[in-house]
Amino acid sequence: MEQEKELQVGFVGNPNCGKTTLFNAYTGARLKVANWPGVTVEKKEGALKYHKHQFKLVDLPGIYSLTSYTMEEKLTRQFILNSDVDVIVDVADASALERNLYLTLQLIELGKPVVLALNMMDIVQERGMEIDLHRLPEMLGIPCIPVSARKRSGLQILIHTVAHHKEKRLSILEHQHPDQQSTSRHKHNHHEEFAMVYDDVIEDKIDELTERMKAAGFVSPNYRWHALKLLEQDEEIMGQVGLDLSDIIDRSYETDIINEKYDFIEEVIEECLVNKQTKAAFTDRVDRLLTHRYLGLPMFLCIMAAVFFLTFFIGDWLKGYFEEFLEWFSGKAADGLAAVKVNAVLSSLVVDGIISGVGGILTFLPNIFILFLALAFLEDSGYMSRVAYVMDGLMGKLGLSGRAFIPMVLGFGCSVPAVMASRALEDPTDRRRTIFVIPFMSCSAKLPVYVLFSEMFFGKNAMFAAFSMYLAGMAVGIATAFVMSRAGGQKKAEDEAEGQTWKAAGKVSGKSGSPVAGQDMTFANNVSGVEETKIGAAVSCAFCKKACSRRETANPLLIELPEYKTPNARTIAIYVWDKVRDYLTKAGTTIFIASILVWFILNFGPKGLVGDMGESFGAMVGRALAPVLSTAGIGLWQIALALISGLAAKEVVVSSISVLFGIGNAGSPSGMAELSALLAGMGFTALNAYALMVFVLLYTPCVATIAVIRRELGSVKWTAATIMYQLFIAWFVSTVVYQAGRLFL
Amino acid sequence: MAAKEMENLCTAVIGGTYEVCGMELPRATQMRLTALGLTAGTKIRVLNNKRSGSVIFHVRGTRLAVGRKIAEHIYIGRKRT
Repeated sequence: MEQEKELQVGFVGNPNCGKTTLFNAYTGARLKVANWPGVTVEKKEGALKYHKHQFKLVDLPGIYSLTSYTMEEKLTRQFILNSDVDVIVDVADASALERNLYLTLQLIELGKPVVLALNMMDIVQERGMEIDLHRLPEMLGIPCIPVSARKRSGLQILIHTVAHHKEKRLSILEHQHPDQQSTSRHKHNHHEEFAMVYDDVIEDKIDELTERMKAAGFVSPNYRWHALKLLEQDEEIMGQVGLDLSDIIDRSYETDIINEKYDFIEEVIEECLVNKQTKAAFTDRVDRLLTHRYLGLPMFLCIMAAVFFLTFFIGDWLKGYFEEFLEWFSGKAADGLAAVKVNAVLSSLVVDGIISGVGGILTFLPNIFILFLALAFLEDSGYMSRVAYVMDGLMGKLGLSGRAFIPMVLGFGCSVPAVMASRALEDPTDRRRTIFVIPFMSCSAKLPVYVLFSEMFFGKNAMFAAFSMYLAGMAVGIATAFVMSRAGGQKKAEDEAEGQTWKAAGKVSGKSGSPVAGQDMTFANNVSGVEETKIGAAVSCAFCKKACSRRETANPLLIELPEYKTPNARTIAIYVWDKVRDYLTKAGTTIFIASILVWFILNFGPKGLVGDMGESFGAMVGRALAPVLSTAGIGLWQIALALISGLAAKEVVVSSISVLFGIGNAGSPSGMAELSALLAGMGFTALNAYALMVFVLLYTPCVATIAVIRRELGSVKWTAATIMYQLFIAWFVSTVVYQAGRLFL
Repeated sequence: MAAKEMENLCTAVIGGTYEVCGMELPRATQMRLTALGLTAGTKIRVLNNKRSGSVIFHVRGTRLAVGRKIAEHIYIGRKRT
């Protein structure tokens, strides 16, 4: 059978409209999905075969418009204009159609075939709203297909439409305005050709500009779009066209164009959307409580406390079963190996090294599973972006935007995705500070260490001891951000002495004065585009400096709050499975290798195989470091060595301790009893255990996180600074805790 | 008269409906808000207003949270109930 050409399909849409969910549904990919804007930060590709059609699907970052102001918008616009996208699938959140249609109108104007995928139709129905699917395509002139990515309905119809719409324009466009009196000199009836028709002044200018571009020999597949962009004084397009058109473009028409688009959207909504207001009230009611002026913060703390309670309480209960299985398996393996007369060294490697190392880590799987399940619920329900609002005031004092709190909360799960999520922050300084603070948010890999030591030394209060680690981590993170913002503020204040930008800003604010009702709000509207941008940059720069010198964020909060929704089982399953798989992979690779390495350096010394671990290579390394750690009460060579091995992954601290103290499974009740007796014999008390937990909480994150930090910061210097700072803070704080504890206890 | 009636978003009352008069913000922020439909003459409904000055408001079908630094520079007109 003849194979058709591969169709390139671009998924474009507002942030948080479900593009990635739709993309995952088609490609079977498991890209991360969450209910807060800005999850997709770079384009992703996937392949799909449907009947005889071969598709290449491209998931693009969410955007609100096609201007060239932000990185995502530029990327998407360039991708659509420059590459051979055959069809654009405009994914719209049908439950917030009004806002989503603005991008739709811009996409239609680009001139490539557009199919509107009305996503989240299930939510539209849930809220009792109805969309007139007959009238909507008539008004927009493009096919409108209702889908629900999360319920996987309408997917076949959508892809079928894409396959058939690649070159066609719909001829169903119908929105005549016979009553309107026109004074236009138009040569043709725009309403027959275009969905979005502007007022006569703009339409006339579009015609004039088109003629001028044609006369000057500027070739465009879509003169109308170029003319509109010229009227908006889009720098990139003005540069491309390169004509002096100041006689036609006497000012920027951007605001007019936006307003008229929204006027048309209002018309569309009026005609096509039924029962708009009835259910939106639910989110407002919930928000009244969750984002309440005084109750918002306590509510957030309660929710987080509940998350950790579930993690420790239910997680530990399940962990018991895992441990029983591991003990049984470990015994059977030792017996089995002895029965087939395996060499004792090899048997020790398998049982003491691999099974106790890797297995010990696997028993913590229930805790990890529950923690991520809870985080997935919070993300998918839409609560996460509320957290940004609730924390904005507090974060502002630390010189960060409330938005920076989302990556921090994710840091409780794992620092790697959290550091990556900080990309959603636009300001580089904000991003750097956030990345610096994230590792202090206690990640799930540190959990096994807390669980082990708090259960051994704190008995009934184990949960509180472990929970206090999270609070301590947040406190250190907050202090770090505060100090950084102070330092940043001082540096900026010094820069300000040079003061040039301030003057520029002064001029502009003088010029714009206080805007009056009805006045055009784009200030400095009469200056040319280039000048306007320069002044804009000067103003924003001065704005940043002013903000920084007051030790406040340069990047104030601006986030969309999605409607609350029932978390979707599939989204959550993908999210949790992804993390669990990561954890299992880590157990099978990093921890497997680390266990073997630790076993090796503990069983071999300068003289070869050693009977006493005290003579091994590991002991030598540990003894060299122990004096430094002794100020924090953790100066045992075994502990020092376990901490070094923890650089591979924090869970390794636990498995190393198992191996180092020769305990089969340190996580099991019998193992714990044995280990705590051993440690107690060495003078290790609850205070020492607490200092150790503090050290583990604060010291340098695992190699995977360091690699991501290096990639995101793009600087070896800053990465090294992060590592050194964390090592120092860990040593300093644990020493203070230990020494203070000795004074009072 | 007009100037006397004009306030910024920080001073808005929870539950009140206002008309946007203008804004003075860094260009990127301003364009972002404009793309969300926040243009002169747009009606907004204030859903929340914290002491710190961050505000949640409803504009053209979208619920938007902005920090004080932005809210202070969005000018709103007379309350319409």
